[in-house]
Amino acid sequence: MTPNGLFQIALFCAVLLLSVKPLGAYMARVFEGERTLLSPALSPLENGLYKLFGVSKDDDQTWVQYAFSLLAFSLVGLLLTYVFLRLQGMLPFNPQGYGARQMPADLAFNTSASFTTNTNWQSYAPDYTLSYFSNMVALAIHNWMSAAAGMAVAIALVRGIARRNANGIGNFWVDATRSILYILAPICLVYALFLVAQGVPQNFSAYTQVTTLEGTKQTLAQGPVASQEAIKMLGTNGGGFFNANSAHPFENPTPLTNLIQMLSIFLIPAALTYTFGKMVGNTKQGWALLGAMFALFIIGAGVCYNAEAAGNPLVHALGVPGGNMEGKETRFGIANSALFAVVTTDASCGAVNAMHDSFTPIGGLVPLLNILSGECIFGGVGAGLYGMLMFAILAVFIAGLMVGRTPEYIGKKIEGYEVKMAMLAVLVLAASILGFAALGANGNLPTDGKTTLAALNQFPATAYGSASDTFYGATYNNINNSGPHGLSEILYAFTSATGNNGSAFAGITANTPFYNVTLGLAMLVGRFLMIIPLLAIAGSLAKKKYTPSNKGTFPTDSGTFVAVLCGTIVIVGALTYFPVLALGPVVEHYLMNAGKTF
Amino acid sequence: MLKQLRPAIVSVLAFTLLTGLVFPALITVISKLVMPVQSGGSLIERDGKVVGSRLIGQSFALPKYFHPRPSSAGSGYDGAASSGSNLGPTSDKLINGIADDPKTKDTNESFAGIKQLATNYRTENGLLPTLPIPADAVTRSASGLDPQISPENALLQAPRVAKARNVSVETVKNLIGQNTQGRTFGVLGEAGVNVLELNLALDATNK
Repeated sequence: MTPNGLFQIALFCAVLLLSVKPLGAYMARVFEGERTLLSPALSPLENGLYKLFGVSKDDDQTWVQYAFSLLAFSLVGLLLTYVFLRLQGMLPFNPQGYGARQMPADLAFNTSASFTTNTNWQSYAPDYTLSYFSNMVALAIHNWMSAAAGMAVAIALVRGIARRNANGIGNFWVDATRSILYILAPICLVYALFLVAQGVPQNFSAYTQVTTLEGTKQTLAQGPVASQEAIKMLGTNGGGFFNANSAHPFENPTPLTNLIQMLSIFLIPAALTYTFGKMVGNTKQGWALLGAMFALFIIGAGVCYNAEAAGNPLVHALGVPGGNMEGKETRFGIANSALFAVVTTDASCGAVNAMHDSFTPIGGLVPLLNILSGECIFGGVGAGLYGMLMFAILAVFIAGLMVGRTPEYIGKKIEGYEVKMAMLAVLVLAASILGFAALGANGNLPTDGKTTLAALNQFPATAYGSASDTFYGATYNNINNSGPHGLSEILYAFTSATGNNGSAFAGITANTPFYNVTLGLAMLVGRFLMIIPLLAIAGSLAKKKYTPSNKGTFPTDSGTFVAVLCGTIVIVGALTYFPVLALGPVVEHYLMNAGKTF
Repeated sequence: MLKQLRPAIVSVLAFTLLTGLVFPALITVISKLVMPVQSGGSLIERDGKVVGSRLIGQSFALPKYFHPRPSSAGSGYDGAASSGSNLGPTSDKLINGIADDPKTKDTNESFAGIKQLATNYRTENGLLPTLPIPADAVTRSASGLDPQISPENALLQAPRVAKARNVSVETVKNLIGQNTQGRTFGVLGEAGVNVLELNLALDATNK
């Protein structure tokens, strides 16, 4: 670790914390329906959209109606994307001529589930799979819509806590529309132009053919990158325009764009804690949640940076000292790569500026643990806040058990129903991650014996697009690394999918029917089987009357609560996975130090 | 439930139009007018011909040019197939892999590990086997398209380049200095040398 590296991390934290209050207060005004600076420009468009949708903005929905609206919105979006992807060969903006051959049914299912659920897991390499239309329309629309849906759910849950004796928790269509128009769009407009100024391309040209100085041919991928890059980061989506994602110099060309990209991942999730405090009438409650997020984030950043800076003893032995530079870019170096990895996995973004698969075992364990903790350390746009509130409910419940009182959270009694729903969400995530990973590590499917995985991995892949023709035999052969690191690749894949993160230990060959289908299901489970119980909690809390706090109430804006909350996240969220982590990254760490290779 | 179907269909279509078409079109038009170079991929021309992009690395193997980092993008610096090696820290292939290993006829397995890369780097540049070498010289970047190398890496290559071009090492080192990009605002990121720009500068002073 270098002083400059630590200073860069401190700078990132300072800028982030300074933005929390102004943006958080603005978002509270937006979701309360108050006038803002942008209202004169945007409210005609907003009202026009409501008329078009056929909704009234004063229509207050029950949690069931709210959930149905969200599910219908997501389902329609998923189907539209599936159709667009399968038909990309007939659609415009396709100078490279990519078609359904590059997008077989299983991959199209995986990809539409992935973008609808804000995961942005990519089983494919976009550079040689997707047309500009597919990137820009079929996929990028979900970067906006899934982020808006996430924010809507978070705000609905906040209303559930804030309202008393109420039936409704707000209107999904209004919350989603306001998220896009008032929050995402204005920031993305400025952000995308800043990215172009720094060198991110924005065009519809075919890939450029150049002759290099040594006379060989080089193909430079192009495209409308900047407009997608902005919302990809701000909406914590993370699906890259290119295979290398934010490591690609066309997505993230300079150290300055890198800083802004990291900030834009945390920007909305951090500010939403202030929005929460404002809406429940006690901003200290919001700062307490932010405190817990921040504590867990900074520990992760320290551990990961330390491990990456220490480097790989197997490489040191070859006369190559220093930190681990495999899979990292020169312009970012060790500190920014480690910080980016922690930020992108704390928030459920999943963009990467370095290859997590090539991190040291402990450096790679941190991103994995971050996702396993339930994506509540800042978390996705909206998803982070509702994830954290779920843990807050469990934390007051556990604290209540210790002192033998009915737990309360911000004036609402937490009873059996809420705790059951919160536990349901936690258990579903664990079952999906561990169940699917066990399947992936042991599965064996029939194969036609002709198409090999090696052929799939080769570029340009001869077998690309014919993935549905065969089942490719043993599912544990899809890994790129042997030994414990191979298990980590499979575990990371299902963790990332279930946690709706989207980053990967990218060596794994995920573009086979088994992984496309199971990962797609894991993403849907991780998104909707978490959202539905939380909306149920919102509906139940909104109906309750206000219970004024008294001497026996556990104050949830105190330092003690922050500590209990962090403890709950670590114990409930992460310890569930200790056995499998011991077999993956932990044992790999000791084997690496013993000089063992696989 | 069915009541929500109309808003679902209409809103998805409306947002598709707004965010999927109007927004990118707006950004494209503004950037094309105001920032034509950047929006077009920061291409570099020499003698009227495009020779690359200043943001994307390219392969160099001749002794008279500075060499970039090893690359996993396609067969090396393929600008349409960005990728890292995705090999983990205990991968035998990453550490001990041998390119064109005659024992393994399968060319898929032909991969130069860090050990072989380090040996080659020392031989090319006439370095002692005990001399520590900078990590970026023998590791593959995340994108496979890293346009930069570290200044330490460039300085170790300077004598080789100077010899191949028959110029003084000082001249080459001066050019390295001129083409080194320091940390942004003196703080952000790491210093690096843009390999393509440095090689263009070399060609400009000494054909």
